[in-house]
Amino acid sequence: MLFRYLYILLTLFPLKTFALIEVDITRGNLNPLPVAVSPLSIEEESKNNFKKILDIDNLGSEISAVVENNLRQSGLFNPLSKNAFLQKPDIANLKPRFEDWNLIKAQALITGKVTFVDEKLRVEFRLWDVLAGKEMMALAFTTVPSNWRRVGHIITDKVYERLTGENGYFDTRIIYVSEKGPKTNRIKKLAIMDQDGFNNKYLTLGNELVLTPRFSPTNQMVTYLSYFRNLPRVYLLDIETGLQEVVGDFPGMTFAPRFSPDGKKIIMSFAKDGNSDIYTMDLENRIVERITNHPSIDTSPSFSPDGKYITFNSDRSGYQQIYIMSKNGKNVKRISFGNGLYGTPVWSPRGDLIAFTKLHKGKFYIGVMRTDGTGERLLTENFYQEAPSWSPNGRVLIFYRETKTNSKGEGFSAKLWSIDLTGYNEKMVETETDASDPSWSSLLSN
Amino acid sequence: MNLRKTLKNGFLVLLASLVLTACATQKKTGQLQSDVYTGSDSVEYLASGVADRVFFATNETVLTTASRETLRKQAAWLRKNSKITVVLEGHADERGTREYNLALGERRANSAKDYLLTYGISSDRISVLSYGKERPVDSGSNPLAWSKNRRSVTVKAN
Repeated sequence: MLFRYLYILLTLFPLKTFALIEVDITRGNLNPLPVAVSPLSIEEESKNNFKKILDIDNLGSEISAVVENNLRQSGLFNPLSKNAFLQKPDIANLKPRFEDWNLIKAQALITGKVTFVDEKLRVEFRLWDVLAGKEMMALAFTTVPSNWRRVGHIITDKVYERLTGENGYFDTRIIYVSEKGPKTNRIKKLAIMDQDGFNNKYLTLGNELVLTPRFSPTNQMVTYLSYFRNLPRVYLLDIETGLQEVVGDFPGMTFAPRFSPDGKKIIMSFAKDGNSDIYTMDLENRIVERITNHPSIDTSPSFSPDGKYITFNSDRSGYQQIYIMSKNGKNVKRISFGNGLYGTPVWSPRGDLIAFTKLHKGKFYIGVMRTDGTGERLLTENFYQEAPSWSPNGRVLIFYRETKTNSKGEGFSAKLWSIDLTGYNEKMVETETDASDPSWSSLLSN
Repeated sequence: MNLRKTLKNGFLVLLASLVLTACATQKKTGQLQSDVYTGSDSVEYLASGVADRVFFATNETVLTTASRETLRKQAAWLRKNSKITVVLEGHADERGTREYNLALGERRANSAKDYLLTYGISSDRISVLSYGKERPVDSGSNPLAWSKNRRSVTVKAN
């Protein structure tokens, strides 16, 4: 019953039709699934041990708060207020009294238990279908205590997968550019955080300009543009070890890097004598291949998930438009034909859509279109926004948005935003500083 | 209470005068000719009479008549000072996607470079660096500010 309800909910959205160039701003006519996240139960002894190690009073409650926040942020779930819960966590985890949970209109219930075992954190959790009165899933993990937030994310992924039939995206991280200072001289640093904004870390000091970091789809490598020694070049950074290197030996600016879907190549632009073309470099044998050879600007390349095609941005028609081609650069075909300019194409990990930025009549839009250019759908409109990046399940886009300054040039800010593929659930992603150029990692637990 | 009111009124007057002066300076120094900046605000000089920068129309990389004149003066100055090397820094306004603007800045700096080459300046003396939209001179979000930011600036490198 529960499963069927959500299944219907989810299949309804993609079928919704949107007129071309019409931004859907009618958010909120969506009924998120009511779910009760019972605090994970924890016994006194375990509680005290975790308090000593992590300085957290009740780790069970904290982990369930991570789960609850994730579910709420997704827009698909409505976690119910804990004040209404009648059953105690430990008893609910053994055998929920479904009538009680039914009474507060919960359709799904998450319970669990946290224990301290051999210096480790053991978490078990159960997902219950309240209406059917049945256990849907039960799992247990053991990890180091410091990993407790990740446990919350993994639980959310499992619940999301079971209830929606899609892969989750919660045990992931976002790499982005942290910004500070006046607009005329921004200080930019690479930064990384969990998808929910926690565990923020800076990866560079801000001594040189850094732009457009992108995660490898297969490991913890990042490729980005750095102006180290005033030479703008594509770099490869291992975020585990901090080691980095220049990608290739180009006699000019390289930029707009992304990984191939297998993580073995970097595709990027190389600019020389006023012309930018697309190149790849194999990270194992260092072989550089030229993919496009055209006097126009060719940039922002992005591979299809099967690695057979590349979408990119070119002004060969006179203005910025979106194109696709075979991975060897053959069969170039323009796919964007709407009014305005199109940039930053990025292929969905599901393969069926390309997300883009569109500039039309002084407004910037984030949108999606099918890979043949049909079915254009604009998700959000603003003064300035660009650079969508897909969640690994292809369901959510994260991008950045800048504000218009006033007549004195003041009031500038740049923030990360996320939006569901349907155009619903647009949300600002909290960051310590101003932020831009977000890129979503793949699932860490895969 | 009274004091506060007086202060408030005084502040309003101050604000109004600030707005007025801002308008006045804009009119005096900021000029646009079919989208290209023709004023002198933000312009610096490599030597007396030798302006350091040229401006471009939106999404364009072609040099205007005024830009060519500026570059001819730069070329003459470079011929006279044969030991000087320069970096041409190409820029775009904020109304474009970051990566495309990096390419556009590179193209703008190169159109300035190509012009200097035709006036006999050796390519070893000129390097090119694009900042895309990363280093605006005017942080305004208006057509005049954007026109000042679409530029190629010749910077002494030694």
